[in-house]
Amino acid sequence: MKKEMICIRCPKGCRMNVEYENEKIIRVTGNGCKKGEAYAFDEIVKPMRIVTSTVRVVGGRLPVVPVKTSIPVRRSIIFPVMQEIYKASVKAPIKEGQVLIKNPADCGADVVATLGMEKTGTKDD
Amino acid sequence: MIENRSLVIIGSGPAGLAAAVRARKSGIDDVLLLEREDQLGGILKQCIHTGFGVKIFKEELTGPEFASRYIRKVKELGIDYRLDTMVISMDEGKNITAVNPRDGLVVYKAECVILAMGCRERARGALRIPGTNPSGIFTAGTAQKFVNIEGMKPGKTALILGSGDIGLIMARRLALEGMKVKAVCEIMPYPGGLERNIIQCLEDFDIPLRLSHTVVRIHGGHRLEGVTIARVDELLKPVPGTEEYVKCDMLLLSVGLIPENELSREAGIIIDPVTGGAIVNQNLETSVEGIFACGNVLHVHDLVDYVAIEAERAAKSAVEKIKGKGKDPKKRIQITAGNGIRYTVPQIIDYYDENEKIKIYFRSSDKLDESRVTVTCKGKNIYTKKYKRLIPAEMEYIKITASDIKGRKVIIEAEKR
Ligand SMILES: Cc1cc2nc3c(=O)[nH]c(=O)nc-3n(C[C@H](O)[C@H](O)[C@H](O)COP(=O)(O)OP(=O)(O)OC[C@H]3O[C@@H](n4cnc5c(N)ncnc54)[C@H](O)[C@@H]3O)c2cc1C
Ligand code: SF4
Repeated sequence: MKKEMICIRCPKGCRMNVEYENEKIIRVTGNGCKKGEAYAFDEIVKPMRIVTSTVRVVGGRLPVVPVKTSIPVRRSIIFPVMQEIYKASVKAPIKEGQVLIKNPADCGADVVATLGMEKTGTKDD
Repeated sequence: MIENRSLVIIGSGPAGLAAAVRARKSGIDDVLLLEREDQLGGILKQCIHTGFGVKIFKEELTGPEFASRYIRKVKELGIDYRLDTMVISMDEGKNITAVNPRDGLVVYKAECVILAMGCRERARGALRIPGTNPSGIFTAGTAQKFVNIEGMKPGKTALILGSGDIGLIMARRLALEGMKVKAVCEIMPYPGGLERNIIQCLEDFDIPLRLSHTVVRIHGGHRLEGVTIARVDELLKPVPGTEEYVKCDMLLLSVGLIPENELSREAGIIIDPVTGGAIVNQNLETSVEGIFACGNVLHVHDLVDYVAIEAERAAKSAVEKIKGKGKDPKKRIQITAGNGIRYTVPQIIDYYDENEKIKIYFRSSDKLDESRVTVTCKGKNIYTKKYKRLIPAEMEYIKITASDIKGRKVIIEAEKR
């Protein structure tokens, strides 16, 4: 199979043609450097993404707190991870970087808060 | 009562925060940062996705994490900031009037001012789409605030108009929250946002991108029921017969940002009609001496790192002025955005020192593959740089040396090789 893709590993943005079969890369052309091949491999064989979303908060300054997966997870597992995120609810106060969900959907990453959240009524001084 | 300050910074987004930290570290003790919202951080508070800070921190941070690195510094350095404080007017003499619920009306007299008010989104009124006026039509940024800060779901199915980064990011965000995104329509033949967002926000979620398409009609009573979209020709006019009805209860508009320059105009600052921001020299000083501008209020940025870098530059210039190190330029040079270039920042070069390397940021006016950017003055080429591709969505920069500039005018152009 063939796929046209633009490498996003650096601002040059090389336009590449990738030939692949099943999960094997046969040929990459148009890449300006080695990183392009690596990018094509990652995107076709095992695309990984950091998932960002929000988790419900009880008694916080805001009703939700922003979160992310601590490391990139397989793209195919994004929605199973989201299912756990929908269900979760945490109590304020929350610290930035605090683990809110441990290894959801066995994705290999934790869901951590990306913002500290005080309790209701307290205000950033 | 009037309070005197060496430096007042208006707006506490990444631009204001980075400028405040830099100025304080350079020895200005009485920096004052004014913010109309109840938290520091500006638009970053609602940008919960990653992609911030790659250049500065060599890490992919989320918006709140990027902001918190600067907010921590602001607090550590004991920088004076006022929340819930909205600047309502400013004059050429740098008298700044602000209101806040605690003190009422306050006037600050500043030696220097840094404008960091960011921008706002273009709304439906600017587009003149015919049809009814139901609820369910939001700017993408408003929807972002609803979902990411207030934890609400503004509807069930959406159509997004405009493929700028905010539109793409919101397409993914709605999809993640279980809402259906029918399509992202883009009137231009190419997408407005970064390639990475096309892949990770649309392709990952099988959201169709309809290039050369726009919304031609809005349907619904109280609540949006659907929109009619159509293909457009080269002149961006809808082609009769290509209309399609799309059922949806949300229409998100991501059709451009406008720098918030009401205050600047009031102070007599000259605005560039193309950027919508102030005309500045390489020190980011506006046409009013001692007033500097940086971040989205100066021109729309897609990378927060460039915002912070620009803000530090503005702060450095302001500090020099306050410390009395500002010099008078030998001559003033006009930069003209020629063929293929939409705008440059700065628009003016003040010639101080022949060895000065001057960084000029620009956006191309069109998509140009295999292109070349040239700078000429008095008909002579003084600089050339080759690009694999230039797209309006990605800001680029070149660096020229002051001594190469002979006249009082330089022209920057982009063309295919
Ligand atoms: C949806 C979205 C996604 C983005 N994604 C990315 C990304 O992935 N990576 C990246 O690097 N960049 C991204 N950006 C760009 C980047 O976030 C912005 O360019 C940057 O935040 C602009 O910073 P700023 O400080 O100029 O403006 P803002 O963050 O808008 O801050 C302006 C501040 O000024 C305050 N203000 C305005 N007027 C007044 C007044 N009269 N008195 C007092 N206060 C006032 C406002 O309340 C606000 O807090 C994104 C932007 C958006 C909107
Ligand atoms: S292939 Fe290499 S040069 Fe081309 S965009 Fe990717 S990283 Fe940059």
